[in-house]
Amino acid sequence: MTVLLNVNGTPRRVAADPAKPLLWVLREDLAMPGTKFGCGAGLCGACTVHADGEAIRSCQTSIADAAGRKITTIEAVAATPAGKRITESWAVLDVPQCGYCQAGQIMAATALLAANPRPDDAAIDAAMAGNICRCATYVRIRAAIKRAAGAGA
Amino acid sequence: MTAVITRRMVIKAALIAGGGLAFDISAPVAAAGDGTIINAFVRIAPDNSVSIGASYPEIGQGARTMLPMLIAEEMDLAWSQVRAVPTIADEKAFGQQITGGSETTPTTWLPMRRVGAAVRQQLLAAAAASWGVDVASLTTADGHVSHAASGRRIAYAGLAEAAAKLPAPDEKTIRLKEPAQFRIIGTARAGVDTPAIIAGKPLFGIDVSLPGLAYAAIEMCPAFGGTIASADLSKASAVPGVIATLTLNTGINPGGGDDAVAIVANSWWTANKARETLAIKWNDAAQRAHSTAGYDTAARKLLRQKPQAELVRSGDAAAALAQAARRVEADYHYPFLAHATLEPQNCTARFKDGAIEVWAPTQWPEDGRELVTKALGLPPSAVTIHLVRAGGGFGRRLQNDYMVQVAQIARAVPGVPVKLINSRSDDLRHDYYRPAGWHRLSAGIDAKGRLLALTDHFISFGADGKTLRAAEFNKAEFPLQLLANTDVGQTLMATNVPTGWLRAPTSNAMAFVFQGFLDEVAAAGGRDLPTLMRELLGPARQLPDSDGMPGFNTGRARAVIDKVCAMADWPKTPPGKARGFGFYFSHRGYFAEIVEISLNQGEVIVEKVFVAGDIGSQIINPGNARQQVEGAIIEGLGQAIAGQAIELVDGAVTQANFDTYPLPRIDATPAIIVEFVISDFPPTGLGEPSLPPVIPALANAIHAATGKRLRSLPLNVALAAA
Repeated sequence: MTVLLNVNGTPRRVAADPAKPLLWVLREDLAMPGTKFGCGAGLCGACTVHADGEAIRSCQTSIADAAGRKITTIEAVAATPAGKRITESWAVLDVPQCGYCQAGQIMAATALLAANPRPDDAAIDAAMAGNICRCATYVRIRAAIKRAAGAGA
Repeated sequence: MTAVITRRMVIKAALIAGGGLAFDISAPVAAAGDGTIINAFVRIAPDNSVSIGASYPEIGQGARTMLPMLIAEEMDLAWSQVRAVPTIADEKAFGQQITGGSETTPTTWLPMRRVGAAVRQQLLAAAAASWGVDVASLTTADGHVSHAASGRRIAYAGLAEAAAKLPAPDEKTIRLKEPAQFRIIGTARAGVDTPAIIAGKPLFGIDVSLPGLAYAAIEMCPAFGGTIASADLSKASAVPGVIATLTLNTGINPGGGDDAVAIVANSWWTANKARETLAIKWNDAAQRAHSTAGYDTAARKLLRQKPQAELVRSGDAAAALAQAARRVEADYHYPFLAHATLEPQNCTARFKDGAIEVWAPTQWPEDGRELVTKALGLPPSAVTIHLVRAGGGFGRRLQNDYMVQVAQIARAVPGVPVKLINSRSDDLRHDYYRPAGWHRLSAGIDAKGRLLALTDHFISFGADGKTLRAAEFNKAEFPLQLLANTDVGQTLMATNVPTGWLRAPTSNAMAFVFQGFLDEVAAAGGRDLPTLMRELLGPARQLPDSDGMPGFNTGRARAVIDKVCAMADWPKTPPGKARGFGFYFSHRGYFAEIVEISLNQGEVIVEKVFVAGDIGSQIINPGNARQQVEGAIIEGLGQAIAGQAIELVDGAVTQANFDTYPLPRIDATPAIIVEFVISDFPPTGLGEPSLPPVIPALANAIHAATGKRLRSLPLNVALAAA
């Protein structure tokens, strides 16, 4: 069966089970492995992508549900205004350790910044608490979001 | 090509076809003193960019950035010239390749700098010969050689031909820079893979892509050590997309078991879903008798009995306890823990024509090669291992079970590359766990609060007098070496749980036990822990080496304790807050930490953590160093209060995902203030030693806030706040 997706502004026709999670379609069918598998249960945020600008867990979203929405992934998020500021900030502060969760962190942070250009600590915690960083780069994640928001260096 | 073999270093320089210069250098790890070598390669391209082989596995600790920094510094390169190149696993080509024990820094610090200095020396000699001037009249900077007198300047790449013709430099003439001359070492350098990570480029083991790639999911016996009684794979084989099904046995664990069923499909999602159709009966009656509740009951009974074996004994602890003005007694406990790397265990392999190629996110490739050669009956040369960036290690990837599993699966589908991926529950339920432990401690103090005697009965895991991996006791445990009367005994219980090294192994548990208990001892004597620590440490001196590791230096310990107390203005405490202190020495590093908390409606809020550490004379990459400490502090706090404990019921782990095995999240992140005490000792590693002290420091802070001692991990905060 074929499902039509819109990924990073490009229509993509995917021959896969409509129940297959978007995560695995991105990774296996569309050769976009930037979005990561962490828990398969919506508990860690490693698979975060945007659907119409909203941060969603792609491991919990079937392609049937993703169809008709504009999907943005880590591979293209830097092309959005908030994504550009976030990724630049991530690079300057050298946020990653192992780096595995960072795609999800960047997607969550970008959605936050797009919705709230000046997030305070409480807003950052609320938006980012769904994303686990096993290396615990949280100090720099917080600093990088603030830097991207122009609220500090 | 020139090759000169000196007693210690082997340096080979050769022209690269198409231009450029290649150096292959083998450098001994002097500190190891056992013939251990590390090899490096340096390739100077015609555009003067310099590729440096970063041969240590990268798990997020920064080795792929640090190793090139050491070489580039002594080569006098501009950092922008440097390309860090991943390597394959090959001990013949690269010497030691293992990421563990915080040993990367101590083993590479001098050898890799010597490599860089040797290359620079040869380039200088080439310039001197070409220009007919004295080497002493030449200088280097940013990958160029300059001759001030004549104003000549040449890029290293321009010296390729001349350098390749020269004999290798005499090792005796190689001079390392003085620290004051460092321009790369000691400056924060972003991770070499950071841009690719941020762009979502494929980097990790799980991202490996090969033409015709198939995916495998695996079903292992829930009860560790169980074997397959019967397995009906027919339904799984019939699932559309499934390519193959098979049973396998890796034979890794000495306890047996390791039976598994694997499903290979054109999608991992398909393979994993097809597991639901499997009908497997396990032989696991004996294994099902194991449970953590059973261990706890048994251990608490054993604590009251005489230990099976004596581990440490000095003076007459019984007599000293009998004469003590006051005795302190307490039982401590900590649970099994999983590693929970965010990238689940995975590995990719292709078996073809009697040889196997493996792409492995592993911390210890050569161990994997040994296991694969044994399991497949292949010569070591038939196993090629590509090192792939790992999404976290924490010691989990020092075990190579996934490598053997995927090798056996790949052999069943010759020519087809297969990527094995563990689901999150596979990963949590089939780990090599930090072992649980129980301690009964007694201490005697005199009228002034001085510690006279210390005893411990340690209940650990093992059989026939042999403790399991990471379940051992360190005989140099602080403060045993500093006391006249000690008595530590051990009793071992059997378990079916595979055990392994978790970041700061043994120390992550023992720090809690001994620094928590010493806080009790200090309080019983009417003093605080830093005061008791200073008294125990006495004058600055080096204690004897223990188990091949450098001995404890009381002066370095004292310095970090003094430092952290000054940073936090100890013993003052801000209003509404409470503070606890912890110190630990592990993996060659000295760390003292103070945790500041507040209580909010029965909840403990960790507000601030002060950290003072001594890892030697030089912080090589300060940005990364701070990250390693921050991560370790948050991880330690997570072990203490996030609620992490692996529970065994019917021989199997019950935790299946992050809802029941919680990891710390951003909203529990305190302010972390880090300072390094620079000492006159060689630089040592930082992946591990900052983690252990934060756990007792938090427990001690909770006591300061509530008057209650929490002696079991994870800390039951509700109990204290009640």
